[in-house]
Amino acid sequence: MPRALFEKTGNAVYISHLDLMRLFQRAFQRAGLRLTHTQGFNQRPSVSIALPLSLGMESGCELLDFDLEGQPVPNEQIRARLNDALIQGVRVLSVYDNGRKRKELALLESAVTLEYDRGVPADAQARISELFARKTLSVEKKGKNGVTDQDLIPMIRRISVRQVQAGELELRVLGCCQNPTLNPMQLEAAIGKYLPDLTPDYSRCRRIEIYDTKETIFR
Amino acid sequence: MTDLKHRILQSVQKPARYTGGEWGEIKKDLRDVRVRVAFCFPDTYEIGMSNLGMRILYGIMNQMDGVWCERVFTPWGDMEEAMRKHAVPLWALESQDSVRDFDMIAFTIGYEMSYSNILNMLTLAGVPLRSRDRQGLKNMVFAGGVCAFNPEPLAEFVDFFSLGEGEEITVEILSLYDRAKAEDWSKEAFLRQVSRIPGVYVPGFYRHEYNGDGTLAAIVPLDGAPEIVTKRIVEDLDKAYFPTKMVVPSTEIVHDRANLEVFRGCIRGCRFCQAGFSCRPVRKKSPQVLYEQALETLAHCGSNEINISSLSTSDYRGLKELTDLLIPYCARQRVNLSVPSLRADNFSRELMEKLQTVRKSGLTFAPEAGTQRLRDVINKNLTEDEILNTCARAFSGGWNSVKLYFMLGLPTETDEDVLGIAELVYKVIRTWKENCGNQRRGLRVHVATAYFVPKPHTPFQWEKQITPQEYLRRCRLLKSNFHSKSVEYDYHSPDLSRLEAVFARGDRRLGPVIEAAVRNGARLDGWDEYFDYRKWQAAFRYCGVDEEFYTTRGYDEAEILPWDTIDTGVTKAFLRRERKRAYQQQVTPDCRNGCAGCGANQLLKEVACDA
Repeated sequence: MPRALFEKTGNAVYISHLDLMRLFQRAFQRAGLRLTHTQGFNQRPSVSIALPLSLGMESGCELLDFDLEGQPVPNEQIRARLNDALIQGVRVLSVYDNGRKRKELALLESAVTLEYDRGVPADAQARISELFARKTLSVEKKGKNGVTDQDLIPMIRRISVRQVQAGELELRVLGCCQNPTLNPMQLEAAIGKYLPDLTPDYSRCRRIEIYDTKETIFR
Repeated sequence: MTDLKHRILQSVQKPARYTGGEWGEIKKDLRDVRVRVAFCFPDTYEIGMSNLGMRILYGIMNQMDGVWCERVFTPWGDMEEAMRKHAVPLWALESQDSVRDFDMIAFTIGYEMSYSNILNMLTLAGVPLRSRDRQGLKNMVFAGGVCAFNPEPLAEFVDFFSLGEGEEITVEILSLYDRAKAEDWSKEAFLRQVSRIPGVYVPGFYRHEYNGDGTLAAIVPLDGAPEIVTKRIVEDLDKAYFPTKMVVPSTEIVHDRANLEVFRGCIRGCRFCQAGFSCRPVRKKSPQVLYEQALETLAHCGSNEINISSLSTSDYRGLKELTDLLIPYCARQRVNLSVPSLRADNFSRELMEKLQTVRKSGLTFAPEAGTQRLRDVINKNLTEDEILNTCARAFSGGWNSVKLYFMLGLPTETDEDVLGIAELVYKVIRTWKENCGNQRRGLRVHVATAYFVPKPHTPFQWEKQITPQEYLRRCRLLKSNFHSKSVEYDYHSPDLSRLEAVFARGDRRLGPVIEAAVRNGARLDGWDEYFDYRKWQAAFRYCGVDEEFYTTRGYDEAEILPWDTIDTGVTKAFLRRERKRAYQQQVTPDCRNGCAGCGANQLLKEVACDA
């Protein structure tokens, strides 16, 4: 099965995971690339996206697996034709064969930007660094079975805090992305819980890169 | 730093509704644009983007040199709240610019219960509601759509209405505006000129005078305005613009599919149906043109479903030819072909079976009335035998669910007619028992009744609406006569249909009522989550307007009707004749069995009526 590496930016971040799958299905159709279909009662086009991206998050490292019918089309041509059929904000960076098994995908590097409209508080960087240096850090997680407590620390491999602009702090985090999964927005939740005076006015999140357990870039 | 709009987008449900940027969206360089049109659909994105009329007009306006038409939809409640809280005015999707900066603000209105959304959208845009409070050419508000056939409740708010099909008239209106803007005309001068375009109705050029009893005494055209305004139609649909390169939503909408309109008008003449009369005369498209447009549309949008639409698709003469072309193509491309609005005739049954290769869709009938007597009164040409035969065939083919739609409160309806519904449902269940392969799989019969709303430009335009109490009594009577567990019975709450009846036949005195209701917070009235009848009741009380005047009173045939200025092509004499035949329980055969003389064929100059 070929795999596409794509980015999702700009207003396209507001397209949900399910809608994005449909968008790709249509883009393939518009590009004249015929997807194979799953067997069974409801035959669906075979496209699948690794690690569903939350609504509103930007990413430069999304993976889409798909399968085409008929005569093989060169990967570079698939990329070009898809990009001609996609909307602004969704762009295929490369198409390749022999992608690694998805279960080997282990780590995700994200940037969480904390926006302070009245400027970043003087001690924020130090206090937030200290917070994530704790041994345990439990925050509430809303799951299928109601609200449970989750300890963030075991899921964080590395984290750094730096000021990028007058009003913005950026958390760079390398965290688990499968079993269990660190939702980077929980970092903001932890700040809100333990350092309520440092709660940002707004925060946003961007996926930067994905890795295996050895921190080799995953493709 | 993230700007305010994006912060808001992060906080609302389904934000992709507000960002634009879809496939097929049209953007223009503002340096090439002389006329900016904000095309507003007074309901949510999901509903509006499913509307074919809007897609046609969007394409037509954007084909014009110097014109940029952008889309605007009603924000959902959470977005509206955020917009109000942060004082963010309503914006158009393509440019994200504020609607109040646009030259023209157009509305397409297909449903009376979206009137509150129109006023609410203007308020959110920061545009003055009343026509007389908007000075100059800027923010010229105009509207079209089915509701424009009785536009009086909106007369104070909308500068002018465009009646009928918009393909040609919209171009004429925009060209005139383009010139007016270049030559810096006054609003008055523009309205004067635009009223000379056939099909344009400027309500400000008419004075409505009332009798002591509240009925209309006179409609006085001022300063030479035409006494009657006749709707526009497109004669040759094969040559008419069709949007094959339509906008493809990035988020799920109600009808997410390509659409093929096979003909306009209707040969049937169901006496309650506004579309059936007001969309006449019948004009068809040729199967070959439709097939080519289907292929072009599917190639452009990449959709996996295409829908054949019309008021009654079985009456399309080219249906076999078209489906013979489309079925193999759709099968090869894995495109689902859906053909709703089929009648229960033999060809349709065969067609349905051919279409079932992909997915089994539901079996739905709209007998509208429970007895043949009442079906004759309303001229609904569907017999019990047709329903039961189709059911028998479907049940033996493995179907095990059927939907049946009826109306309560139709003219001359008695309890016997109401109980006739229960009897028909009982016969459907018996047919299932006799024909189904396996009784243990069970049957579901979904029955729904609506509260009859008399509509203008129909033979029932003078009829009384029954009281909500009487409607509910008939619902309960029916409910107590369903004895099978297979039956699921839904009846609409009467409040919404009562309001719909008020506005459908309303006059200018309802303008202040809509305004007061919107001030009370009325909006998104078509949605259960938001509809609050009390807000409307308070508005009626505040304005001293009696709902009964427009509903249970009924209109006298001699009375001047608020919509008498507007001509849909079907004559009032014909409507009177049809009403008389209804009371005599006389059916009027469909137009193919002899022209009934409705008058709409007089609108045609180049082609003949295809009935």
